[in-house]
Amino acid sequence: MSNKINIVQAVQQALYNEMTLDETVVVYGQDVGVEGGVFRATVGLQKAFGSERIFDTPLSESAIVGSAVGMAINGFKPVVEIQFMGFIYPAVNQIVSHVSRYRNRTRGERHLPMVIRAPYGGGIRALELHSESTEAMFAHIPGLKVVIPSTPYDTKGLLISAIRDPDPVLFLEPKRIYRAFRQKVPEDAYTLPIGKAKIVKEGEDITVVTWGAMVPDVQKAVSTIDDISVEIIDLRTISPMDRETIVESVQKTGRILVVHEAAKSFGAGAEIVSVVNEKAFLSLEAPPTRLTGFDTIFPLPRGEKHYLPTPERIAKKIREIAAY
Amino acid sequence: MLIEQFNPLEDKMIQVMDENGEIVNADLMPDLKSEEILELYKTMLKARTIDSAALSLQRQGRLLTYAPNLGQEAAQVGSGYALKKTDWAVSAFRELGMWLIKGWTIEKIFQYWYGSEWGSHFGEEIRLLPISVPISSQLSHAVGIAMAAKFRGESDAVIAYTGDGGTSQGEFHEALNFAAVYKTPNVFFIQNNQFAISIPSSKQTASKNLAVKALAYGMPGIKVDGNDVFAVLAVTRAALEYAIKEGPVLIEAYTFRMGAHTTSDDPSKYRTDEEVEPWKKRDPMLRLEKYLLQNDLLKEADIEHLKTSFQEEAMAAYQSIEHTSDTEIEEIFSHHYAEMTPQLEEQLADYLAFVERSQR
Ligand SMILES: Cc1ncc(C[n+]2csc(CCOP(=O)(O)OP(=O)(O)O)c2C)c(N)n1
Repeated sequence: MSNKINIVQAVQQALYNEMTLDETVVVYGQDVGVEGGVFRATVGLQKAFGSERIFDTPLSESAIVGSAVGMAINGFKPVVEIQFMGFIYPAVNQIVSHVSRYRNRTRGERHLPMVIRAPYGGGIRALELHSESTEAMFAHIPGLKVVIPSTPYDTKGLLISAIRDPDPVLFLEPKRIYRAFRQKVPEDAYTLPIGKAKIVKEGEDITVVTWGAMVPDVQKAVSTIDDISVEIIDLRTISPMDRETIVESVQKTGRILVVHEAAKSFGAGAEIVSVVNEKAFLSLEAPPTRLTGFDTIFPLPRGEKHYLPTPERIAKKIREIAAY
Repeated sequence: MLIEQFNPLEDKMIQVMDENGEIVNADLMPDLKSEEILELYKTMLKARTIDSAALSLQRQGRLLTYAPNLGQEAAQVGSGYALKKTDWAVSAFRELGMWLIKGWTIEKIFQYWYGSEWGSHFGEEIRLLPISVPISSQLSHAVGIAMAAKFRGESDAVIAYTGDGGTSQGEFHEALNFAAVYKTPNVFFIQNNQFAISIPSSKQTASKNLAVKALAYGMPGIKVDGNDVFAVLAVTRAALEYAIKEGPVLIEAYTFRMGAHTTSDDPSKYRTDEEVEPWKKRDPMLRLEKYLLQNDLLKEADIEHLKTSFQEEAMAAYQSIEHTSDTEIEEIFSHHYAEMTPQLEEQLADYLAFVERSQR
């Protein structure tokens, strides 16, 4: 059986499946219970599983994540929601000082099967701090995994993998495309490997690596180009990054463009370009290039259209690199 | 009863045994057999002996930075002794007396202070969390452990430690509030040893005392003489029982850090001998010794004998880890995830190859 659902529904279904299959899975956060989440990602779950297993919390990000550490130590698999990525910062002490470190600091004796979910990214005409994409901050932390899906099918499979993972996963959901399109998705639980990128479209002349809500924008850009053969890679996991897929692609195409929403300097794009330089230098026919958000604070809605790379800008950049 | 009746706004503290070893509050004296009282004493003495051994080892360069416990034995042992085996304890970093009760071995404790992660690998069956360096960040872990226990309908409680400085952290507020809302079986235990490194507790808070903070969260708060092991035990026992039935409790154990903050600290820079002096009379060991001698539970000669045997035990434990090899290179990489990432594998292989080449 399969059904046509969007990304936010895929989140809900993954949670539903896993809560059904594993009674140690509990879900909590702000407004996730009665209301079903500000984006409706947990809608209906409290009705189905009761307020013991899915519940609302005080407005307290650090205690949400910190208590999840304790629950994971004491036999549960907590999946906690941070309402927006811009509000994860009160919990950074927990994530960086404990979540990522527990396995190593106890030499494997205590590890944390837990997931932190957060909607991330801009382009939804939102208030301050509702458009953040600071995935690189977390990808830099040893001991964490950072996953960003871009389709309903991947969302469900990757979220289920994240819940079953014996280690903590930060699961960032591209909220700009939460409801952008539907896809046929199996109703039953299935997993997709964390740490594996996906080749969305094969091509010969240039590789474009992207993730999250930029994937459809890159696809749109590429659909306007018929004289250059573009390979599109959806990274899907920021950390640990699937270097193999990227490097093999660049060895074939000789050219690479990274497209991301986050600010350019010290972003995940810098890591990808470094990997390409280290591992595919001799295949390069053009400088590895990034097209990203600016090194600015994400503009408020009246200015946000300038911030995110558009399909037009992406297409132009692809042409420039191809012609180098 | 004890828990509900105490009003921290009155700014008093519970005492059972005074500085002369006299029982001044017999109603609250915990029901203990002679052997149990002796066990409390021995554990305190053992903690004190290990502590002083650790300090001299550190001075000889045989241990690294160490956080001493001198003067706080009653707070640690009294609270630790109140726990049943299946209760959890969540450490800050200055709870040697409690650790010994929970079963963190002296070898493992030394291993930690000697710079190895293996020190915190002390057996999953021991319901103790390792040292938590970021102040008060451990408190919400205790809440999560208690939430899990409560969901499963277990009657285990969780005690979590912090210091007077720790009460200024946002993490302290978040954890206590969370626990109170869910009525989790938590006991939050503040060792108010008057200082956070050099900062006196008067600069941490404008509250009358630290126990009073509980009231705003809707939980009971109790201040206890932290140098009186009987009072600490009585209060912690009552608090654990209350926590399992009703919800969290905050305990402030009023004590004093007689030594330095850590081995890299010099307290003479921020406090005078006059400040320290009155606390010498209030010493928790001295007080219990007086009680034991007065009640013929102990002879002077036993004390030296016990000290010697604990000293030998401490040194034997230290010697068993002193010459263990440094951390294996693989270990630095292999415990970050259930499986090493390709990045880690590559970095490890590169480094191993380098090391091998340079040793040739
Ligand atoms: C978040 C954080 N800030 C600063 C430090 C450095 N530090 C270590 S111990 C300490 C003082 C702690 O005081 P208190 O909580 O009263 O405990 P005590 O040392 O007295 O046992 C400080 C500032 C730290 N470990 N964590």
